Amino acid sequence: MNIIELRGVKKRYGEVEAVAGIDLAIREGELFGLIGHNGAGKTTLFKMMLGLVPPSAGELRIGGQAVQGEAFRQVRRGIGYLPESLALYENLSGLETLRFFARLKGAAPASCLPLLEKVGLGEAAAQRVRGYSKGMRQRLGFAQALLGTPRLLFLDEPTNGLDPQGILEFYRLLDELRGRGVTVILTSHILAEIQQRVDRLALIRDGRLQALGTVHSLRTERDLPLSVYIVLRPGVEGALQQALIPFGLAKIVIGDGVARFKCPRSAKRALLAVLAGLGEQLEDFELREPSLEDIFLGYAEDAA
Amino acid sequence: MSHIEFGQIGVIAGKEFRERMRNRWVLAVAVVFTVFALVIAYFGSAQQGAVGFRSIDVTIASLVSLVIYLVPLIALILGYDAIVGERERGSLELLLSLPITRLELLLGKFFGLAGALGLATIAGFGLAGLLLVYQLGGEVLTYFGGFILSSVLLGLAFLSMAVMVSVLLPDRVRASGAAIALWFFFVLIYDLLLLGILVVGEGQVGMDFFPVLLMLNPADIFRILNLFGFAEVRELYGLATVFPASLANPWWLGGAMVSWIIAPLAVATWRFK
Repeated sequence: MNIIELRGVKKRYGEVEAVAGIDLAIREGELFGLIGHNGAGKTTLFKMMLGLVPPSAGELRIGGQAVQGEAFRQVRRGIGYLPESLALYENLSGLETLRFFARLKGAAPASCLPLLEKVGLGEAAAQRVRGYSKGMRQRLGFAQALLGTPRLLFLDEPTNGLDPQGILEFYRLLDELRGRGVTVILTSHILAEIQQRVDRLALIRDGRLQALGTVHSLRTERDLPLSVYIVLRPGVEGALQQALIPFGLAKIVIGDGVARFKCPRSAKRALLAVLAGLGEQLEDFELREPSLEDIFLGYAEDAA
Repeated sequence: MSHIEFGQIGVIAGKEFRERMRNRWVLAVAVVFTVFALVIAYFGSAQQGAVGFRSIDVTIASLVSLVIYLVPLIALILGYDAIVGERERGSLELLLSLPITRLELLLGKFFGLAGALGLATIAGFGLAGLLLVYQLGGEVLTYFGGFILSSVLLGLAFLSMAVMVSVLLPDRVRASGAAIALWFFFVLIYDLLLLGILVVGEGQVGMDFFPVLLMLNPADIFRILNLFGFAEVRELYGLATVFPASLANPWWLGGAMVSWIIAPLAVATWRFK
């Protein structure tokens, strides 16, 4: 079942078309990534899905409801939102902040302290937000999004300001939520971070959907070459070069006992067979798939 | 049109009120009111060559002048960033993503701030009032009670204007400018304009709609509400004498004041998109 459905959604601010017609369906339980340059239209898309900004044209349905009116208020109780630029009330403590949002959301105030502990703010619960670090604020913002057992989470740059440990904990919590069937839509500039984790992603450019699919399907579609890195035993450079001739590779860099080159995806199996044939002559090797960043840059070049 | 959930209004109002209590805003304003009220009550009749707590009419006449300057200013400062402040900080977006409507948020803000202003006014002038009752006797209670109540209403009228400004203006700097401009207009300029009309028209022009013009300024309504009852004071303050006695009914004047509270809020609700 689709928890989010967008049909021909557009948003115009004066002369600027921030979103220029997007069709998109997101399934219940999916971890969905939205990527794109700054100003590509991701945030506007988020705001429309949250009912903060009405679309200029098109139709949005969240949880089967149009994004307005009293029926959407009920849907909102099941939505968690972490904005990109999170602004909190400096004079309230972490616990007071969470209780305030809990009351508005109709969540039990008693759930607030356990939630703070869950995001690692148990000991800072009584401290005023004024004294919180950027990472602590982000954790509090995340706790706020989790109030009232949401079934849909919108997270705009959720790992902003978190240290590596915090990022790991964040994704661990996200996994736990996904285990309960929660749908998550997130944006991130750190593509390496989300490429391992999203089920599908959409690449937004100039207010349009430039690409949509799993990381694997986008890789296949782009047909970007694999990066190969081989550590050789002494005196096997010649044998390796000989074995690679049939592949017709453009550029093989060999030196200091290491060989580096790019290999088309279509030759992946054949290459593996060759490397297996060289057996003990190779100290080690690594085949690296194009990263999400490579894919992203590839699409960017297309557009340019 | 969504229906109104009063619980949501209460949550917002409660938070606003508690914040003003916690940062001692209420306490500070109450102390200012008490001190000013006592000083004015004591020195108010110095023009007549005497100091001390004398008659209630002179005391209230002096306090009215104070309140007309001070209460609108405090109300405007309290409310001008209610919405625009949240918008500028970026917290408005998060609030509106929650199950709360814009109307509920606006009313919650207004009632929370109104509670803080009302409490500060009642506590501040109430303390001064108790001292006056002790000095001048229990019969001043009605007059002083009316004075406090009308001060609260005056504050709410300007708070309502401030909340409207906080919706209409795009940033805090402009909103504060607009709030100050409103204060100048209603407190300083408006009466001068009316006097100008009287002088230029040599008292002949516009006498019919003059009472209406007075009703278009909550500060003037406040003045008439408090001063019309005292014959001696009526003569002392020229402006109030151009107001017909038939219209000087507290219910009618109070109604006009309440409209001044409702109208700006209605505009704010309409424009809050």
